[in-house]
Amino acid sequence: MTVRVLVAKVGLDGHDRGIKVVARLLRDAGMEVVYTGLFQTPDTVAAAAIQEDVDVVGLSMLSGAHLTLAPLVVKALRDRGSDIPVVVGGIVPTNDVDELKSLGVADVFGPGASADQIVRAVTSLVAERD
Amino acid sequence: MATESPYEHWRRHYDAQRLRPSDFTTMSGIDLEPVYGPRDGKFPGVFPYTRGVHASMYRSRLWTMRMFAGFGTASDTNARFREIIDAGGTGLSTAFDMPTLLGLDSDDPMSLGEVGRCGVAIDSLADMRDLFAGIDLAHITTSMTINSPAAIMLALFIAQAEEAGVAREQLGGTLQNDILKEYQAQKEFVFPPRQSMRLVRDTMAFTARSMPKWNSISISGYHIREAGSTAAEELAFTLANGFAYVELARDAGIDVDTVAPRLSFFFNAHIDFFEEIAKYRAARRIWATWMREHYHALDERSWQLRFHTQTAGVSLTAQQPEVNIARTAIEALAGVLGGTQSLHTNSMDEALALPSPKAARIALRTQQVIAYETNVAHVADPLGGSWFVEELTDEMVRQGEDIVREVLDMGRGSMLEGCIEGIEQNWFQHRIAESAYALERSFNEKRRIVVGVNDFLEGNDDDDLSILRVTNADERRQVERLREVRQARDDDLVRGALARLAHDARDAQVNLMPALIDAARAYATVGEMMATLAEVFGRHVEVPSL
Repeated sequence: MTVRVLVAKVGLDGHDRGIKVVARLLRDAGMEVVYTGLFQTPDTVAAAAIQEDVDVVGLSMLSGAHLTLAPLVVKALRDRGSDIPVVVGGIVPTNDVDELKSLGVADVFGPGASADQIVRAVTSLVAERD
Repeated sequence: MATESPYEHWRRHYDAQRLRPSDFTTMSGIDLEPVYGPRDGKFPGVFPYTRGVHASMYRSRLWTMRMFAGFGTASDTNARFREIIDAGGTGLSTAFDMPTLLGLDSDDPMSLGEVGRCGVAIDSLADMRDLFAGIDLAHITTSMTINSPAAIMLALFIAQAEEAGVAREQLGGTLQNDILKEYQAQKEFVFPPRQSMRLVRDTMAFTARSMPKWNSISISGYHIREAGSTAAEELAFTLANGFAYVELARDAGIDVDTVAPRLSFFFNAHIDFFEEIAKYRAARRIWATWMREHYHALDERSWQLRFHTQTAGVSLTAQQPEVNIARTAIEALAGVLGGTQSLHTNSMDEALALPSPKAARIALRTQQVIAYETNVAHVADPLGGSWFVEELTDEMVRQGEDIVREVLDMGRGSMLEGCIEGIEQNWFQHRIAESAYALERSFNEKRRIVVGVNDFLEGNDDDDLSILRVTNADERRQVERLREVRQARDDDLVRGALARLAHDARDAQVNLMPALIDAARAYATVGEMMATLAEVFGRHVEVPSL
């Protein structure tokens, strides 16, 4: 089965370089990627993830709002009875990684994360669910 | 003056300048000329200005060390502004938070978690007053990096300054106000492109009439480059946008020589040292040539491309962040050797968070080392005449002009239409994304090396940098402050001001600045003014594409 990933921008952050590059790198690795565009809310992301039946949700965040918004996306999914894992990429200080994970985020990719690293992590998250 | 040679022109202007107190010698005492090259060659301050816009360049005045700052509440940022001035900064530049950039109040549900995070939160006149408290706006120029709500921010700034006794005519500074690159790259847009351009037109017309010391637009390639473009694309998209604003003003009946001298530019200083220097030299040449030949500007100042530079945020690494000091120093030096008028140097910790006070001070100190220790500011365009730099400059001009002509063709002879068409067709966005992807692949395949990222990893585990934390407490304080403002104001006055704003917005011939200044004085919030305009203008939605 082909791995399906929803990549999403939640909140007001318009920086979309990272999300577009990562989306293409995931496609290069043979995955199907869905992108719903800028200025999404936790609810619109959760709804799209379930409707598109994706295996993983990837959030790209560079505005510093990750500690507030990423857990809300996890909650919006769980409230809908979904166990789709959520990963975060972007400008995330090392100190925030553990807190994000304790709030239900499956993995975090900071600046400089390689394509290999991201693809491997997504692949193993999918394998864990199966 | 037709008989004056370029050398004589340069000499006359150079001799008319007052120079900084300095002996302009090398460390070992060798006397230095203000510029080098053959008498029958090219000179700074002479069309097409490849070698710089001023005859004396940094001998008369160093670049403005303009540090970009903003976080938390207006009072927090005011304190940082004062630190910058005390440390020898000579200009201010305001970074706004995401809600403010999108014209949302701090208590808007969409603002949750974003208030004061990556810039300062400004909701009303009360915040603008705190932001500039105790800062002498007659002597320190200020830049406001904001676009969609730029007209509103200008209105708040004028209201605040006039309250403090400084007339709008006295205010010197820059509004970024470059909405085209928002659709192309930075993506902080609100209204559809044409309605946004009406606001840009209104600010240009208003400042041309009432604010002689104000730069109405800072046409910004910085964000285009940060979003992933090549150097030539940064150069070309930026100049095309600049020409589009010139056409916008011309179509509104403003003379090209009234508006062009108030336009300034803003470029990235990326890590490829010589390519960046060539880019700045090419930008000056293309702008001068097109403004004279294509737009028939007659005033020399309309031909002179003045620009601000910021070192490349995307070149910074989270790994071994102290190494970023070296990257930033090299990039800053490229900006200076390329003849920048002002400079912001990034802090070493910006791949992780907003800068800590110490990191911001080191970044400013880096500029001071270049300015005061290295003597590179003694001679104008020191790399002019280098076979390599001249050829690279020519190549940048060729590539840049090719792309500019592509935009012009898209608009069937109108750069303004070409820019809007290119935005609506995702043409700019697509090109930028393609270039970003190509560069990323070169890193992944190790065809390009980034120290600490894909090579030289020893030391990556050291993690003892203390970074700035913006907490949710700042958000709560700001929301509380906004509640107090709403309680204390006269609601009838606000309603009346917003009704007039809506009325004026419906007539495309009316300039919106007077209504915005009245609304600002009545303590209408940024969110209320933007929502009022959005009722009339509608909202822009980008079609998502990968």
